[in-house]
Amino acid sequence: MRVTLLALIALCLSVLSTTAQDTTVQDLMQSHRAVIEKGSRTTIEPAISALAESGLPAVQRVLQKWQAKDMWQRNADGLFFYGAEAEDRQVRLFDFADDAEIGLFPKSELTQLKPNSGVRALIGAALVQFQLADPNPERRRAALLAIQRDPDASQLAPLRASIADEPDTDIRAQKERLAQLLTIGYDKDEAQRIAAIEAVSGSLSLDVRATLNPLLQTRPMVAPANETPSANVARFLQPGTADLSAGDAYAMLVEAGLATARATEADRIAALAANIENGAVAGIPVAQLNTTENRDRAYAALVAADKAPPFVTEADVGNALTAHQFFEVYSDPSAAVTTAAAKALAATDRTVGFNQALDLALDALSLASIFFLAAIGLAITFGVMGVINMAHGEFIMMGAYTGYVVQQIIPDYTVSILVALPAAFAITFAAGVAMERLVIRWLYNRPLETLLATFGISIALQQIAKNIFGTQARPLTSPAWLDGAWVLNDVVSISYIRIAIFVLALIFLGVFLFIMKRTRLGLETRAVTQNPRMAASMGINPDRVNMLTFGLGSGIAGIAGVAIGLFAKVTSELGSDYIVQSFMTVVVGGVGNIWGTLAGAAMIGFLQKGIEWANPSNTLAAQTYMIIFIIIFIQFRPRGIIALKGRAAGD
Amino acid sequence: MERSFIFRNPSVLIFLGCLALFTLGVTMMSEAAGSGLISTSFVKTLGKTLCLCLVAIAMDLVWGYCGILSLGHFAFFGLGGYMIGMWLMYARTRDIVVASLANAAIPPTDQEISDAIGNQIFGVVGSAEFPLVWAFSSSLTMQLALVILVPGLLALVFGWLAFRSRVTGVYLSILTQAMTLALALYLFQNDSGLRGNNGLSGLQNIPGADAVPQSVMSLWFLWASALALGLGYLLAAWVVSGKFGSVIRGIRDDEARVRFLGYPVESFKLFIFVLTAIIAGIAGALYYPQAGIINPAEVAPIASIYLAVWVAIGGRGRLYGAVIGAAFVSLVSSWFTGGQVPGFSLGAYTVNWVDWWQVILGLSFVMVTLFAPKGIGGLVDLMTGARAPDRHGADLGPDKGSLQEQEATQ
Amino acid sequence: MTTLLEVSGVSVSFDGFRAINNLSFQIGPAEMRAIIGPNGAGKTTFMDIITGKTRPDEGRVIWGERSVSLLKMSEEKIAQAGVGRKFQRPTVFEDQSVFDNLLLALKKDRSPLSVLFYRRSARDRDKVQDLAAEIGLSDQLSRKSGELSHGQKQWLEIGMLLAQEPRLLLVDEPAAGMTPEEREHTTGILVEAAKTRAVVVVEHDMEFVRRLNCKVTVLHEGSVLAEGSLDHVTKNQDVIDVYLGR
Repeated sequence: MRVTLLALIALCLSVLSTTAQDTTVQDLMQSHRAVIEKGSRTTIEPAISALAESGLPAVQRVLQKWQAKDMWQRNADGLFFYGAEAEDRQVRLFDFADDAEIGLFPKSELTQLKPNSGVRALIGAALVQFQLADPNPERRRAALLAIQRDPDASQLAPLRASIADEPDTDIRAQKERLAQLLTIGYDKDEAQRIAAIEAVSGSLSLDVRATLNPLLQTRPMVAPANETPSANVARFLQPGTADLSAGDAYAMLVEAGLATARATEADRIAALAANIENGAVAGIPVAQLNTTENRDRAYAALVAADKAPPFVTEADVGNALTAHQFFEVYSDPSAAVTTAAAKALAATDRTVGFNQALDLALDALSLASIFFLAAIGLAITFGVMGVINMAHGEFIMMGAYTGYVVQQIIPDYTVSILVALPAAFAITFAAGVAMERLVIRWLYNRPLETLLATFGISIALQQIAKNIFGTQARPLTSPAWLDGAWVLNDVVSISYIRIAIFVLALIFLGVFLFIMKRTRLGLETRAVTQNPRMAASMGINPDRVNMLTFGLGSGIAGIAGVAIGLFAKVTSELGSDYIVQSFMTVVVGGVGNIWGTLAGAAMIGFLQKGIEWANPSNTLAAQTYMIIFIIIFIQFRPRGIIALKGRAAGD
Repeated sequence: MERSFIFRNPSVLIFLGCLALFTLGVTMMSEAAGSGLISTSFVKTLGKTLCLCLVAIAMDLVWGYCGILSLGHFAFFGLGGYMIGMWLMYARTRDIVVASLANAAIPPTDQEISDAIGNQIFGVVGSAEFPLVWAFSSSLTMQLALVILVPGLLALVFGWLAFRSRVTGVYLSILTQAMTLALALYLFQNDSGLRGNNGLSGLQNIPGADAVPQSVMSLWFLWASALALGLGYLLAAWVVSGKFGSVIRGIRDDEARVRFLGYPVESFKLFIFVLTAIIAGIAGALYYPQAGIINPAEVAPIASIYLAVWVAIGGRGRLYGAVIGAAFVSLVSSWFTGGQVPGFSLGAYTVNWVDWWQVILGLSFVMVTLFAPKGIGGLVDLMTGARAPDRHGADLGPDKGSLQEQEATQ
Repeated sequence: MTTLLEVSGVSVSFDGFRAINNLSFQIGPAEMRAIIGPNGAGKTTFMDIITGKTRPDEGRVIWGERSVSLLKMSEEKIAQAGVGRKFQRPTVFEDQSVFDNLLLALKKDRSPLSVLFYRRSARDRDKVQDLAAEIGLSDQLSRKSGELSHGQKQWLEIGMLLAQEPRLLLVDEPAAGMTPEEREHTTGILVEAAKTRAVVVVEHDMEFVRRLNCKVTVLHEGSVLAEGSLDHVTKNQDVIDVYLGR
């Protein structure tokens, strides 16, 4: 069906072009001279279509010049040329047919044709077919993009016509797809449209959904109950249900002129106030008009005395509603098309739903990696050493600010990130070692006091950062190759930064496992943690080991800070935003076990995204519910997901 | 029995005497008394400080005596403030609405008044409906009951869950911090029904007392706060002086041992947790009418941690220590952050105390923890020559670490 | 002979390691029993199970005339039922006076409200003083218990145990770190206590066990290796292997 139609159009075009072979473009324009001179949107149509359908090679140039207001008419003979203004109020004219220069003419002998915007739009539509057949593939692509952005019924025919001669397979596919979408929207033939709709059924792409959705748009309508509505009815509405409240239904009746408007309470009060006589309305003292019942009575009396318009009662409203039917109609008149569109969209929704779940899972995964990054330093200091460090969040902040400062010095973003990562590690490592030496080592075995002392440090560090960098957020810009996203389809995409953070989290996990299981430091750390005296008697220097382990945990926090700073705002409060979640991650996962931290991060990440999905309007509530969930979770697994067992876990 | 409670605890009498003298002195010097040596705003600051002392006593009970480092007591404090704030705001708005509608030609119905109040209060969060939590806001009695009930019930539910699952030490601290964070985040939402981050405002205007000038009002609240502090101190001193105090200090020092003596440790902890939450709620209910405004930022976890800072600096494990700490730190804080302390120049850089006070506070807190774990209250020991026994590592709290060290020393 | 506590077929394992393996044990209402065994024999875990600190994987622990199971009870309920435990290390409340420590342990209603409204009666004070006399700490009543010597702390803890008036006393290495005179005193207290209640003493020191002069149970790898008088078990070939053979 469609193929035959396309063939027919192609045939028509070729016939037209052969018949017009012997006329020139100038002749054609002269034959429509009157309307071209007039330049009115309402009458120009035949001239433009005659030009467009003539098939003459110069037509495109004519249209372009005309549209660009570069067409001039010689007053002497009425011929059309295109030209460019030259010096001395003269214009250099060229012939349309062969680009030959005609010569310089004074402006006074010429008339410039200045089509108005309506005419220019018509010319533009006519130009589409030329752009679609332009030898330059970039122009063809641009034309397709223009159609896609602003689709129009007039573009359908030229688009279809251009498909057959398209040499580029890629562009050809694009054209076919666009023609399909335009068919759905604008084709006159219902069967064609339905076929096109069925062809795109289940497609995920946004343009398909953007094409189908308008077809299913409805508007509410009202009609007397005994009439059968002629429009394409989507569904009937029952007044007084969730779909259509009785008040709204009555308002529709009023708007359609089928019922009288109800007086509002304000109108009623105004009517009552206008009829106060001797401090009473219809015999009821004003002071008693503070209840609905008394107002009803007073107003009824006013109506009876013909001093106020009758009040529409509930019963009147009910009668009016039953006397009419309410329904929604599709803006598209064809029932077959809307049914097919609804079916196609339903299929699309299923695919979209599946892909959204996938997208959500990816989101949750990246959130989990962020939590993991933020928590892994804690997993070392808190999980392995048993030292609680409330200033951990401030180490993350220090890392982020280090990244910011490095970017101020090194303008190249890629280099600066590569410098910032080790710099952040070095700075926070040093800060961690200093803190361990100066404060924490005096407080081993007194966790509550460690908590308080490190909290004091956290206050001080936050304020110092505020004093140095101010309160406003500082940007930490990611290198260009981390911009953008990996797009699977119109629903599923994940930004490269998040992928990078995921990879970074994996690297950290590997580094942690390597250090703890394969290096001397890891062995010594575990030994010192389990029995410091025994370890000391075997020649391990516990002071050194504690210092290095704490420095390592802090240094990792610094690197995490650079990573977090790439997508979050760098402020002095950056750390405190993460500290509670980080502790939750470690505690929920199970202290002293890196796999537990991983499981904790995964659980919290997926949970938070899940709650956000269930209640998308409110991310604050999502965090609240998540914390409540964690508090309850700890009831059932007080030692976390991956718990240490045995007597060692006791006490 | 042998000797009376007061006689066995002379410090209670000394404290109550000091408090009475202080209140009397402030009253004499206030603007309302005519002398005006102390401005009304400073009287309010002093009244607020008394409330902070009261919540510090609660914190000391739960932390200094029972060993539970709760990072959630300021949340209870804030909840108390919210409960009384709801009534204050409702009643005040009602007065305004009724006054503005009084001139209307037709008197308003109850529904119209209620709608207008709702519109006034919730207009800022794009709503006009009264949320369910405001159901009792028209009744002062009910809201006063809620000042006690809401923090008490929250503490009961949370404490029951936490203690039942034997969460102790730092874990418990983090859990209480999470609870506080959850509450603050909840209150920050616009649809929490408590005006989101706008909070409740205009609380300094007491409904039905428009004729009373603020200078007198501030004194009333100072007296009420002093009375509450005095009673709270007495109650706390009574609780910790007897066998109950002996048990909770036992729980602080060695929870397992108390359990093997047959005491239901969880019930004791829950009792203290709920009791202190209620005290905190009452303190908050007295504080916020003096402050005039409450918003969710007041409930944020950081506030509860500052509470711990005050008690630690004052000296935990002794009630007057908590009071001294809260009064000292909060007054010095407001002195520094109020911008009244002149900055000094270090050549290229001028030290502005508003900016640097937090740094000083944080570092001095570290110093206190490291070098003076007994805080300011330790000075009293120095004067009286008292000395605590050398307790191997188990310093002021049941810690996983203290047991570890005990095992290691054997 | 009636049975106060019956432990039968109890097993518990930590991460695959069987700390207690099908252990059975009985003790009467007024009996002294010594438990000996090498390190890791499961002595402490055995006490943990009876006092409710550790839940066994299988087996029964039956208590008293009414044969209630201790396995479903919490630690404080077991303690209230009459099981008192003295830990290996002396655990007294060092920040509180000897008097307060003993008062805390006195058998009374343990619920928070009754504790809150408790008023010390003259009888309670006399009871505390009697106990202090029994453990030899009469002169130390007002001192903070943290200031006591190691041996005095051990006695104080035994005194607190007696104050609870338990029907079963579990005592873990009471004589560790004591001078000979102090040991003598400790033996006296325990023997006296065993006249009216069941006493289980876990001890390494054979000399001390001999002086207690009671039935001995030998634990090894989580189960009972031998039971009987000290002379009887020391002649047992298995016991000799376990203690000396390796």
